[in-house]
Amino acid sequence: MKILVTAKRVPDPEQKVKVQGDAIDLSGMNFVVNPFDEYAVEAALRLKESSGAVDEIVVLTIGSKDVTQQLRSCLAMGADRGILVEGDDDSLDSEQTARIIKAVYERESPDLLLMGKQAVDGDNNQVAQLVAGKLDLPQACFAGQLELEGDASAITVGREIDGGMEFKKVPLPSVVTVDLRIVMPTAVKTAGSKDNQEYAEGPRYASLKGIMQAKKKKIDEISVGDLGVELEQWVKTTSVETPPSRSAGIKVESVDELVDKLQNEAKVL
Amino acid sequence: MSMYGEYDFLMIESLLGDEERMVRDSVRTFVRDRVMPIIQKHYRAGTFPTELIPEIAGLGLLGPTIQGYGGAGVSHLAYGLIMQELERGDSGVRSFASVQSGLVIHPIHTFGSDAQKERWLPGLISGELIGCFGLTEPDFGSNPSGMRTTARKDGDGYVLNGTKRWITNGNLSHLAVVFAKVEGEGTPEKPHIGAFVVERGTDGFSTLEIEGKLSLRASVTSELHFEDCRIPADNRLPEARGLKAALSCLNNARFGIAFGALGAAKACFFEALEYAKERVQFDRPIAGYQLVQRKLVNMYSDIVQGELLAFRMAELKANGQLNPAAISLGKRNNVKVALECARTARDILGANGVVDDYCPMRHMNNLESVYTYEGTHDIHTLIIGQRLTGLAAFSG
Repeated sequence: MKILVTAKRVPDPEQKVKVQGDAIDLSGMNFVVNPFDEYAVEAALRLKESSGAVDEIVVLTIGSKDVTQQLRSCLAMGADRGILVEGDDDSLDSEQTARIIKAVYERESPDLLLMGKQAVDGDNNQVAQLVAGKLDLPQACFAGQLELEGDASAITVGREIDGGMEFKKVPLPSVVTVDLRIVMPTAVKTAGSKDNQEYAEGPRYASLKGIMQAKKKKIDEISVGDLGVELEQWVKTTSVETPPSRSAGIKVESVDELVDKLQNEAKVL
Repeated sequence: MSMYGEYDFLMIESLLGDEERMVRDSVRTFVRDRVMPIIQKHYRAGTFPTELIPEIAGLGLLGPTIQGYGGAGVSHLAYGLIMQELERGDSGVRSFASVQSGLVIHPIHTFGSDAQKERWLPGLISGELIGCFGLTEPDFGSNPSGMRTTARKDGDGYVLNGTKRWITNGNLSHLAVVFAKVEGEGTPEKPHIGAFVVERGTDGFSTLEIEGKLSLRASVTSELHFEDCRIPADNRLPEARGLKAALSCLNNARFGIAFGALGAAKACFFEALEYAKERVQFDRPIAGYQLVQRKLVNMYSDIVQGELLAFRMAELKANGQLNPAAISLGKRNNVKVALECARTARDILGANGVVDDYCPMRHMNNLESVYTYEGTHDIHTLIIGQRLTGLAAFSG
């Protein structure tokens, strides 16, 4: 069984975003792997370690050569091979990204396409659904739990809903996106999991050995042209603004004044 | 929060290779997620977070530069960055790792026989064995050559007698690398100093934890007692001849401290910077006042210079050119910088600075020890002084 995981490079969410003119100023920014994609890598590694059924975990990213850094961190966590599709990841919209992923899927024919539920830069939450639609594959989004069948023919996806969990079983191959809870200690199970097997919470840290090994792992570099993908832009950024800062509150003298302001100024009554 | 990104005016980040960057980021994340949430509790209780040992070892942070025996074989620069990120958390956590790596794994790897390496290194690197380093004695700190601990050859073994004090990891350890004067070797005035591995459980070997520290509270510091402690001759490290072996260990650890101390300095600097931007007095953030800005700029400037010094040391070490005076320069300068940063950060935080919800006073207290251990500030001054003047100020 082969798992294809997608990983997007995003500005470190711990930094403050600066806006310069009509665009976000990315100069001097640190970049990290989109956290939800890191969770997808972790989930793939857990599936591989406990099932014994996974032969290869391939991590796909799109971007400039600089993105190799983030790809290497996924390999350092334990993924087996990387694919870098060279392109400007900042300007790609969801449709373009989905087309590229579809093309890579067709080259690799994995048994499972595992993705973060969304990237924390654009917060679009569209790509996985688009890819599944284009490939006519089953999709199960926001997995908080995963359980792989013994013969790797299907995977059961637990999704958090109001008041509990909902479980959907999808045949493989299919497209699955993961939510935060997938990195809880017992969120990923396979037929090979031990009864009381628990992982440390969160995505694993790359060990020093993993980092040294990652240097030797293969990264295939492909251009968008090689994939034969047409990339007309559907979504254009017209302007970027920081949210207006909140103005200070005021004190009112009486209930009447409060009601008046709520009615006539705030217009909420 | 990092000294990189928008604060990296000198683009120091570009001096790192992919390997070093990944190592640093991995340790930084580990410290943020695992060390920071528990360090206040341990510092208050005066306990070392032993629960972190399996993960520290699992990451490969014990003996990380060693090739083989389970070591990852990373560069010296990566080693320095590991120390820096650990000490950004707490000097006690960094001390644990630097003693294990620089003062236990290093001497066994450098001065031990193949059989000794096979016997101890895999366990020390995997964290199943914890070690400590016994050189300093109650009456001999800066002047280790005066040590009173002795080893007497007796049949197929050695018998050790003496006391070692201020030993990091002492009560945690499964084995101790101990330096002792070997009776009958060298001259009576200047006996030969040898290095021995003493395992816990050996008759005549006991450890006593030192209580009441106001510094390095999240670290175990002990006294080691040897009373007619008989060890097999096989436990002597054959290549450790004289005090030079001990100094080789100390040079390694001091190199790590030159990086490590800056981690504490950065933690304090960023806490002070954030605080000064948020804290409003007389209707504006205190960061907007000239006196506070000057403090922040001085901290920043000192840290960046210290970092360049440390990076240069790593470069020299990689080329086998790192000389003791350069190590003294780095340890002396960077620990001083860190201590001053911690004090200044405490000052900027005002009354909040004396509470352990904020890091500066914890780092400040820790750094008082770091200032003294691994060669005091004054001794490093005299080592550099000797190198400059050709005159030794600390001996006859």
